[in-house]
Amino acid sequence: MSPRDAFGRPQQVLLLGGHSDIGLAIVRRMIDDGAHRVILAGRDPEREPRPELDAELDRRYFDAVDTSSHAKFFEAVFEDHPGIDLAIVAFGVLRDQPEVELDPAVAVEMAEVNFVGAASAVLHTAGYFRRRGGGDIVLLSSVAGETPRRSNFAYGASKSGIDFLTRGLASSLEGTDVHVMVVRPGFVRTAMTRGLEARPFAVSPETVARAVTDGLARRDRVVWVPSILRWVMAALRLLPSRLVNRLERS
Amino acid sequence: MDMTSMSGVWIDTTRGSVTARAGTSLGTILDTIVPGGWFLPVTPGTRHVTVGGAIAADVHGKNHHRDGSFGQHLETLDLITGDGSPMTAKPATDIFDATVGGMGLTGIITKAAFRLIPIETSWMSVSTVKADDLDSVMLALVDADRWSRYSVAWVDLSPSVRGRGIVDAAEHATLAETSGKPRLREFTEAVVGPPRWMTRVVTDLSVRTFNQAWFSMAPRRETRKLHRLSSFFYPLDRVSNWNRLYGRNGFLQYQFVVPDGEEDTLREVARTLASSPTPVALAVLKRMGSSRGGMMSFPMPGWTLAVDMPLGDPELAATLDRCDRMVQAAGGRVYLAKDSRLRSDVAHDMYPRLKRWREVRARLDPEDRLRSNLSERLRLTS
Repeated sequence: MSPRDAFGRPQQVLLLGGHSDIGLAIVRRMIDDGAHRVILAGRDPEREPRPELDAELDRRYFDAVDTSSHAKFFEAVFEDHPGIDLAIVAFGVLRDQPEVELDPAVAVEMAEVNFVGAASAVLHTAGYFRRRGGGDIVLLSSVAGETPRRSNFAYGASKSGIDFLTRGLASSLEGTDVHVMVVRPGFVRTAMTRGLEARPFAVSPETVARAVTDGLARRDRVVWVPSILRWVMAALRLLPSRLVNRLERS
Repeated sequence: MDMTSMSGVWIDTTRGSVTARAGTSLGTILDTIVPGGWFLPVTPGTRHVTVGGAIAADVHGKNHHRDGSFGQHLETLDLITGDGSPMTAKPATDIFDATVGGMGLTGIITKAAFRLIPIETSWMSVSTVKADDLDSVMLALVDADRWSRYSVAWVDLSPSVRGRGIVDAAEHATLAETSGKPRLREFTEAVVGPPRWMTRVVTDLSVRTFNQAWFSMAPRRETRKLHRLSSFFYPLDRVSNWNRLYGRNGFLQYQFVVPDGEEDTLREVARTLASSPTPVALAVLKRMGSSRGGMMSFPMPGWTLAVDMPLGDPELAATLDRCDRMVQAAGGRVYLAKDSRLRSDVAHDMYPRLKRWREVRARLDPEDRLRSNLSERLRLTS
């Protein structure tokens, strides 16, 4: 049982990665659509989102990497807010590729946050929703996980892993009222990508938010933002990797 | 909560009343009472609803302008409140008024007694007329209400047809009108319907085509004909699983009422729905009369429009939100029994007796045990 409405619009939203620009854009859009309670979970729970959110707020300390703390964290959150009907897994780190190539620890950190931490969060949430009888989970993945590219393959690997796991989970939950959706944005202009050169098909967090609400209404499994990326990436997959490499460098 | 296993009917033919367990469907009651010359005082457009459901939603029918809603015909109702205690509620008490239309949130309704109306035959004498635009439909409805117990209008909300429609006005047929026909025949009818693999057939084109054909087939001049009870009151019950026609995404129902004098709002909402990219598969307009419903009952004197629309286009959410705001500004409300998407703040404003209802409910269910998806989504109980 989940009190989301006929258009998949939630009432109570759990945002994991409470300072994610994309996550907050999604939450703002949902508040406009009637959501009245937001639980922001992150490592810096006191930091105020700007502009302020017009909803009942609960801030929680959540460390994605410390997966041994997750069971306790989710138990407490769902105990205090049994009516959460949407969880957004929005946390993630992106490091410069040169850093990765020089220091394996940087690649490990991305894998720990983007894959291991996210896997734990997605599975804990799915478990609760399944016991309760329903709910939506949105995972922010990335097109970077589609094909390995020189410029971001370590980040892409971590996103590819969580994307794979989440889609598998979605299949396993078929026939239940738990709906899991993977969102694959291209280049999004956010704090995380500040300083990086914008790529083709760059979008704003608000565009991602809109794609998420539309996807929830349609109960999509995978959402690309912008949607044309689905075909661009399909075409790229068909090209030999050396050619892709050369295209990327030019 | 499924109460259909708690079923059972007792008729008192001397007083013309019936006592039924909450899980009894109206169809079961009809099978029992129609052969004896009785009918339900109020019935919604399907006989598959249970007595408990009819009370919880305080349902109305095509005779609302004359007979009010279901709750007004109750003599008593039994319920088990949220703290587990059984009680019997009589009309004009707080508990009764909170339970009728209370969406099942004051307690589990277990049994109810209500009055029936006598009928001479199981036929309806139906007078049908068609009207070329929404204003003519409205005029015809006002006219029909003056002399008919039952009235309803089917409205075509395809784009660019200005809300043309077909208005039915009806009475229970007398013996004299039905000479030669079986008087009180068995009520149940065989049903047929689309198979499970049915793909979506309700599309913009099919709705337009159907509406065009339906409107063309209706008589131009007012015509009086006899219809079976079931085909007049429950046309969709004859098609089992008709919802499959909407395909995988299913459909949504939206019903609102605006008070008399707010005809412009009705026109504007009808225009908004008609011009949305999602086709209005079915639209029914009806007048509501004054009635003493429960604290959370839907009816108010005025105009009520009910539409069925296929789900699938996310834009429909914003379109309906816009309609809500118009209805809210006009002092009207949206029907909670059919709602699947209203915003909680809007709902609170539309039901001004919510505060009083919560006070009564808090006494009956102090631990807030009775909850539903609807009550959570609309934050009704807290």
